[in-house]
Amino acid sequence: MPHIDVPAGLAGPRGLMVLRPETAGPLSEMAEVLLRGPSTLSRAERELIGTYVSSENDCCYCQTIHGAVAAHYLDGDEELVRSVKQDFRHAAVSAKMKALLNIAGKVQQSGKSVTEKDVAEARDQGATDLEIHDTVLIAANFCMMNRYVDGLAAWTPEDPQFYRERAVKLADHGYLGSASR
Amino acid sequence: MAHITLPEGLPGISGPMAFRPETAQPLRALAEILLRGPNSLTSGERELIATYTSSQNDCYFCQTSHGAAAAHHLGGNLELVDQVKRNFQSAPISAKLKALLAIAGQVQKGGKHVATDDIERARQAGATDIEIHDTVLIAAAFCMYNRYVDGLATWAPRDPEVYAAMGMRLAEQGYVNSPSVAAALETTV
Repeated sequence: MPHIDVPAGLAGPRGLMVLRPETAGPLSEMAEVLLRGPSTLSRAERELIGTYVSSENDCCYCQTIHGAVAAHYLDGDEELVRSVKQDFRHAAVSAKMKALLNIAGKVQQSGKSVTEKDVAEARDQGATDLEIHDTVLIAANFCMMNRYVDGLAAWTPEDPQFYRERAVKLADHGYLGSASR
Repeated sequence: MAHITLPEGLPGISGPMAFRPETAQPLRALAEILLRGPNSLTSGERELIATYTSSQNDCYFCQTSHGAAAAHHLGGNLELVDQVKRNFQSAPISAKLKALLAIAGQVQKGGKHVATDDIERARQAGATDIEIHDTVLIAAAFCMYNRYVDGLATWAPRDPEVYAAMGMRLAEQGYVNSPSVAAALETTV
């Protein structure tokens, strides 16, 4: 049960965002720009970074919904999403993605855990400054959202089908105004 | 040295914000509403929550710049800011703020560390649902800002005068309308 009174029936951050629309605006814009805006990283790749960080933070709602969105972009490949969460170094993703996921994992621990070696490895695999920047910010952003959702004990449904259906809406319509959609 | 090539001479978060203005905009808007928007918690109290969280995350730039902003809101009381960072339970602040800082400390460790006991203590000290919501979100947001600033190994000045000027600008002009933090550096020379 949520720690505070939130509108019923809205899962994860949605109830919190309807309760507090003033902060919902910038939070939704961040998600929209980071995860769906123009980028040399695909939407699937960016959602995988968010999913991985959320699973490292043990945030059930966030890892499940963003994992479902990633799977949706990947033609339903839930197995790939699972393998990234469990052991990205042996998952069927590019060497560049593995290096970026490594950076994301370090950010999840602490900003200071990211070493020059981690960054050099990403560059060796072809990552640009912009891709490294966005990986760090996506990881940092999920460290915020995971704490927001779990810190207030937001409602986290258990049915995987719920997340698949919600993921289609997010993939089709994005994050702006998503709380009330 | 920063992990990516950032514009020269911009301290802390202002470097990455100049590098990527599209994400800077919501980052600034979030800080503005969280720390300076209309609220039953004063800006001084909210900046203290941000400063405390940042010190728990060992982020020098964020704890010092927001500590300076907090001090400015609190009539120049840097000593209080230091006490809150070191041991808020024995700092001369309200029972409600102590309970909210305890919640912030749990959020810093991880969302699931916030227990119903922590929430109950805050309620008993008079905290409203919105104050609890905002405390959790401020702490969570600073877990983001701290990771952004340190994750890119941004440059943090070490001169306290620089932060005093920054703190004044943040407190008086905020996060959206304030000029680039680099301007604060110029006025202290």
